Amino acid sequence: MSVTETTVGPVMKLVGGRLLDGNGVDSSGTSLLIRGGKIAAIGEAADKAEADDVIQVDGCVITPGFVDLCCNLREPGNGQKGNIESETRAAAHGGFTTVCASPETSPVNDSGAVTHLIRDVAASRSPVRVLPVGAVTRGLEGDLLSDMAGLANAGCVAVGNGSRAVKNARILRRCMAYAQTFGLTVMFSPENQSLAADGYAHDGLVTSRLGLLGIPEVAETAAVMEMLLLAEETGVRLHLSQLSCARSVDMVANARQRGIAVTADVAMHQLVFTEDSIAGFDSRFHVRPPLRAEADRVALLAGVREGVIDAIVSQHQPHDTAAKQAPFGATEPGLSSIESVLSLGLELVERAELSLQQLIGALTSGPAAIIGRESALAGGAAADLCIFDMQQRWTPGPETLISAGHHAPVVGRSLPGVVRMTLVDGCKAWTSTAG
Amino acid sequence: MTANDPSPNHLQLTRDGQLRHFLTLDGLDRALLTDILDTADSFIEVGERTIKKVPLLRGRTVVNLFFESSTRTRSTFELAAKRLSADVLNLDISTSATSKGESLSDTLLNLEAMASDMFVVRHSQSGAPHFIAESVTPGVAIINAGDGRHAHPTQAMLDMLTIRQHKGRFEGLKVAIVGDVLHSRVARSQIRALNELGAAEVRIIAPGTLLPRDVESLGCKVEYDMSRGMKDLDVVIMLRLQKERMEGALLPSEREFYRLYGLNQEKLALAHPECIVMHPGPINRGVEIESAVADGPQSVILNQVTNGIAIRMAVMSMAMGGQIAERQQKSSERAQA
Repeated sequence: MSVTETTVGPVMKLVGGRLLDGNGVDSSGTSLLIRGGKIAAIGEAADKAEADDVIQVDGCVITPGFVDLCCNLREPGNGQKGNIESETRAAAHGGFTTVCASPETSPVNDSGAVTHLIRDVAASRSPVRVLPVGAVTRGLEGDLLSDMAGLANAGCVAVGNGSRAVKNARILRRCMAYAQTFGLTVMFSPENQSLAADGYAHDGLVTSRLGLLGIPEVAETAAVMEMLLLAEETGVRLHLSQLSCARSVDMVANARQRGIAVTADVAMHQLVFTEDSIAGFDSRFHVRPPLRAEADRVALLAGVREGVIDAIVSQHQPHDTAAKQAPFGATEPGLSSIESVLSLGLELVERAELSLQQLIGALTSGPAAIIGRESALAGGAAADLCIFDMQQRWTPGPETLISAGHHAPVVGRSLPGVVRMTLVDGCKAWTSTAG
Repeated sequence: MTANDPSPNHLQLTRDGQLRHFLTLDGLDRALLTDILDTADSFIEVGERTIKKVPLLRGRTVVNLFFESSTRTRSTFELAAKRLSADVLNLDISTSATSKGESLSDTLLNLEAMASDMFVVRHSQSGAPHFIAESVTPGVAIINAGDGRHAHPTQAMLDMLTIRQHKGRFEGLKVAIVGDVLHSRVARSQIRALNELGAAEVRIIAPGTLLPRDVESLGCKVEYDMSRGMKDLDVVIMLRLQKERMEGALLPSEREFYRLYGLNQEKLALAHPECIVMHPGPINRGVEIESAVADGPQSVILNQVTNGIAIRMAVMSMAMGGQIAERQQKSSERAQA
């Protein structure tokens, strides 16, 4: 763990906020007391207690800190795009207290040594918890198994293949069988490489008109089906990362009914944007999996509401300018997103596409359960908290974003929801200077 | 204008609706397309003179930036610019700067610094001219000479000019486009132009492997059977078939393609007797089209080439006019401020 368990912060009391978590807690004007980095008391007991630091948070919502299952910190190896310090500070600004670090680094996180390096850097420079995800295949090349047991010993919370595909079904099956031996969760972005081929955008109306190379839905759905069948056979705990298709949601729901241990997440941008966003060749919307049709967006949202999709992730991928400064198909996929996940989610709440409880559940208890963590506003729980003001607005831009990557589609747009404070083990990981 | 605006008009038109870049036919209305055709008509006469020059682009520098090789399109752009009295620089980028690792943006900024007024751009990436006009050198008029599978607007407009010359109108016309629509920037621009100019029906005749997803949403009907598709046609446009389509398992063989989708006299006889035959070139004889048809009385393929120069003169002079008008407007706004 990047933040030492022994840190003893001051006794702090949050007064006047609305407490909300993913386990059914929802009460307004309730005080919360933090002592020794943990939630010490809630409600009357907290009201009566003495504190070194009493913070009025009237009008704010207090939730457990957000947990991101897919975040690219770019370190080691891609310093021009970001580093552990810059991107974890951005995470804290976004209300996140725990981020799972993608194995797509250089070198790839496929050995205990790289895992230790990431954890060591995080321990000294990160204000939030950094939990590495190990590579399931050596070098993420998709053909040889990595030292999974060693990765788990070094502190990886799961193994996966980043955004890359495993070479074939036989190797995928062995990855799952081997991971299952150690009770590891495997995280895969489902994409059939031969069907995706050279594509980089949703194969649909917009790509047909613009002549962009499409990735058909079946590139994802065929991979989802294959992975579900292999998970059923091997008994591994499978987590499907960043679904983008309506049919995928149906298949996950059916698999769960059959008793397969499968969970799933979706990137926030998939719930907000569609293929229409790329109509002007705007490379800020070049993401993978690609932004799909409105019907897919609607089905993904229903998946979150119904709990078929457990978690919403940032899929944060900061880039340097050169990576996005080219014709659409020649740009790198991904956007700098972790600082605007909450705000985009609150827009969905404003439009009644999600309830606030569903949004917070998918950012806290949902993802936490997948990596075996607790996330609750309850006495004794770690004081990992996000305190935000839903009424206040902010505008992402070079002055307000902390991430080294500024290629976010929301730059220049006024968004609801300002994170007032992010606490990790009761210590301030982020404090807003505004308001 | 937001990034989500599907129409590229904020890029290619000035505030008062003049052309300042020519990137795509999307978003251009019938009046503007007709204006381009009329302007081209007036330039056809220039090509028939002994001295084939007009001074519209005198003192202007036009750079032909071909990131993909092309002989004919580049030659007609070069001739068009020279007939407008511009200074012309031809750069075959595929073999120069970018192979030394220079980025597209850097190459273009260097050329802009040499006081270029217009870039004629051909690129293998769909949207490359948009990217240049929007993010790299917005002050230089950009003419799209073909980008990826997206658009080839001057080719489509020279085809429209050819159709108008032979048919006198677009209303009521039945037009078919035959062959590899999936990979064709020409077809996408033609479908758009024919719809905007009022053609009665645009048919696509091709096998399923050569069709883009949801192709009918572009404004056309799909016909797999060529004999049925040829009925009552006023215009048939054949597309070029690249040899590599066999390797990608899109087609079994050239022979089977020619048998099913090649144009011969027998199939042409199924169309309207006055049906004209077009092809953007270069032609693969015996793959898309029989020689007897390509060289026959209904073929207007060589007219297309002649019209190519006039259309390019029209588009270049109009875009330069819009670009200059905008520069003057901006500098007078600065002076007032």
